[in-house]
Amino acid sequence: MARIILSRILQGLLTLLVLVTITFFLVRMMPGSPYTDERALPPHVLAELKAYVGLDRPLPVQYATYLKNLIIERDLGILLKKDEVRVSEVIRQAFPVSAWLGILSIGIALLVGLPAGVIAAAKKNGPLDYACLAAAMTGICLPSFVIGPLLAVVAGLNLKALNVAGWSSPSDWIMPAVTLGMVNAAYLARLTRGGMLDVLNQDYIRTARAKGVPGFKIVTKHALRGGLIPAVAFVGPAFAAMISGSFVIETIFQIPGMGRHFVNATTDRDYFLIQGLVLFYGFLIVAANLLSDLGQMALNPRLRTSA
Amino acid sequence: MLSRLIIPSLSALVLLASCERETQVERANREGILLFGNSNEPKGLDPQVVSGVLESNILRALCEGLVTDHPSEDAAYGYGGAESLEPDETSTVWTARLRRNARWSDGEPVTARDYTFSYQRILTPSFGAKYAEMLYFLDGAQEFNRGFRGRILFERSPRDGDPAWQELAAVGFQADESIPAEALEAIAGKSWDELDPAGRRLWARSRGLDGLKRAELEWIAEDPAGRFVWPDGFADAELVLARLIASFDEDLWELARVGVEALDDFTLRLTLRGPTPYFPQLLKHYTWFPVPKHVVLKHGTMTQKGNRWAKFGNFVSNGPFQLKSWRINDHLEVERNPHYWNAAAVTLNGVRFLPINNSYTEARMFRNGQLHQTYSAPPEMVDLMERENPEILRQEPYVGTMFYRCNTTREPLNDPRVRRALNLAIQQSDLCNKVMRGFLPASGMTPPMDGYETPNVVSHDPEEARRLLAEAGFPGGKGFPRMKILIASRETAATMAQAVQAMWRQELGIETEIENKEWTAYLAAMQGLDYDFAASGWIGDYLDPLTFLEMWTTGNGNNMTGWSNAEFEELLKQSHQEADPAKRYAILNQAERILLEDSPTLLIAWYARNYFLDPAVEGWYPLLLDNHPFQSLRLRTK
Repeated sequence: MARIILSRILQGLLTLLVLVTITFFLVRMMPGSPYTDERALPPHVLAELKAYVGLDRPLPVQYATYLKNLIIERDLGILLKKDEVRVSEVIRQAFPVSAWLGILSIGIALLVGLPAGVIAAAKKNGPLDYACLAAAMTGICLPSFVIGPLLAVVAGLNLKALNVAGWSSPSDWIMPAVTLGMVNAAYLARLTRGGMLDVLNQDYIRTARAKGVPGFKIVTKHALRGGLIPAVAFVGPAFAAMISGSFVIETIFQIPGMGRHFVNATTDRDYFLIQGLVLFYGFLIVAANLLSDLGQMALNPRLRTSA
Repeated sequence: MLSRLIIPSLSALVLLASCERETQVERANREGILLFGNSNEPKGLDPQVVSGVLESNILRALCEGLVTDHPSEDAAYGYGGAESLEPDETSTVWTARLRRNARWSDGEPVTARDYTFSYQRILTPSFGAKYAEMLYFLDGAQEFNRGFRGRILFERSPRDGDPAWQELAAVGFQADESIPAEALEAIAGKSWDELDPAGRRLWARSRGLDGLKRAELEWIAEDPAGRFVWPDGFADAELVLARLIASFDEDLWELARVGVEALDDFTLRLTLRGPTPYFPQLLKHYTWFPVPKHVVLKHGTMTQKGNRWAKFGNFVSNGPFQLKSWRINDHLEVERNPHYWNAAAVTLNGVRFLPINNSYTEARMFRNGQLHQTYSAPPEMVDLMERENPEILRQEPYVGTMFYRCNTTREPLNDPRVRRALNLAIQQSDLCNKVMRGFLPASGMTPPMDGYETPNVVSHDPEEARRLLAEAGFPGGKGFPRMKILIASRETAATMAQAVQAMWRQELGIETEIENKEWTAYLAAMQGLDYDFAASGWIGDYLDPLTFLEMWTTGNGNNMTGWSNAEFEELLKQSHQEADPAKRYAILNQAERILLEDSPTLLIAWYARNYFLDPAVEGWYPLLLDNHPFQSLRLRTK
């Protein structure tokens, strides 16, 4: 068990190193530079700016410097477009917002998606199943940039109940969390239904039924543990994705989270910010996968022995 | 299933809790806070570092220059940090008397030294200010900012025995551009120390004497004739090198004698490169705003990059407002500055700038009572608002021109007849009515502004267009290569390009393609002259035709067309020396006519701004530059 976890951690670190390396070179291959501005810079100014952050040096030197700063000084660098701000400050300010929104959304997704999937599986091919499936398919097909504005128009402009955008009071959390949660609830419901059906068709369930165990108990006590495995595998990475921000949700609802930094940093060619955000996101994914592996081990004893 | 229950029940809960709740705008009216849609997160607050419109909105609230914007008249100005501003008879030397009661938001007085410090800071080459060009109107500023050591030493601060500058100008202070690119490849990527003598000679020629370091100059000085290319018969090489080396560490700011001087703590004298009757217009721009010397120096050196003085918590300003709170991508709020000299006249208690990037989100927020003013209006909403709420829709002219740049280094766009033909085939009025609501057909590069008559050269004339195209060798569009229109994936650029594409096909028989690039890739392609046509625009920095003309000079970073014209540049130079405003405009008009007839750009339209404004905002009048002074705005409460 400990060996498996240790090897997963080492694999994770290796993944992060590869990620940093690929990102470092890919962002520098994009056309333009952080200093490509609507008003073209005179060459002497450009030279000054590049020399200040070391972008004038050969790529391998830049790469080595970046790694050195990252590993030894644990420093992600400054924003190239705003040199008095550090990348770590940006993450420190935006991540709590995204994390909170992610937790609310995953909460909604779990509260809605899991029961819906379980109920659908238990009442397979009944009207309740079809209703759940239809709702889930709608949730998957309607992207958040459709649901979000619709919700804002209905709950904000028509009902006058909520602010259509902003992040200043707890009531502002509702619409973005519901929008982000619903899309994931839909996926979860389908995965749970599939997982549950797989288990419900197995021999030991038939045995339980034959022994006369009540239907409710079969679902909750015998089937649920096995049926949740696909959902748990999905929840880990989905959670990491949710707490690292969603550009669409943040733009629609004007939320100061990580997603907008991700997209804007790319358009701005803010190399250090992109690298920092990608590394941070990679770290979250690796950690979430590890947790979701642990969760699956808890649910499935067979995983605990095989490496 | 449950999802269908949760949304309505949550909404119902909130509805119960918030019945008869006042909107954010109503509350803001009561509190005297203006809620201002500002499109995006500012890149910073240092007036000498930033370069955008949305930053200028914030800086106008926080800071103040010598003069201020007038609330309702474009050409007028009010006095800000200065209580008077007097030109000499040629409008070349301006003397500003500063207010003795002007203070920074930390209570320190604003003095003339703050201004000289600020102007030195923005012009210092190693500071790398993007917008230093705005101060090139000051005598000697360009030489100092561009690091023209030779000019500074031998022309602006000559010593006895120095050769005359006229003689020197030719001896390699500028980089030698006649060196073929293949030759330069041999030294590319190598440092000075790695080069052999031949390589070093090439290096020195390609950089010019101005661009060489001390060690490099010393190496040449060991054998001036053999190691640098001097013009025939030039005898003072040793003298020149000795002076360059000896003054290498001298303070160039002193030697350049840039035309800014503090006569005493409250008197500032600005000497300009030539007569500039419109100088107060320039002073409205934030590049001319002072920064607090004592605060900048507290957090670092004058020209240090990443100096944290302009961060929240450190920032000190001299305008009607001071920084209250700032959260990235959420809001930036300013409150009254108690030390402002005219604080009694300020009625707003604060302004909250909201970086709302998406115009649909912004429009929803406005309709929901969360904003007093939007930065823009989605085109689809303009019609709706015209019908439903005409009193909140504002459609106003804006000093900007939309055009397509032509890459004049490519065939057949190097032929002015072809460029003119393409422009005459564009029906601007259709584009303005159907695509760009409120925009006006552009007959010239400079949009309408008080007193200046824009030459009326460009119009819709398909007959003449076909004739010109045939004359250039493409009758009926035959043989014309398939060219690309480069656009950035923003706003209505694609619709516009499709319309132009159709007009050219119909009127001239020319087929074009549309190439859509992401913003920075688009800028990079344009700056690298890697395009045929590029959809572009230009917003004036100040209210004078020069801001629309100077960019088309050789080597200007905003030219990006490969076009240049000696006569055009000569006229612009003449205009810098003309003191009489009417004569000056006549010269600029002549220059603009040359530009339009040669047509490196295809004109599309003059800008307008569509936005929403809450009727509670008072004191807000249409302004061409859209710089509304916040100290003149009021909020009406019911």
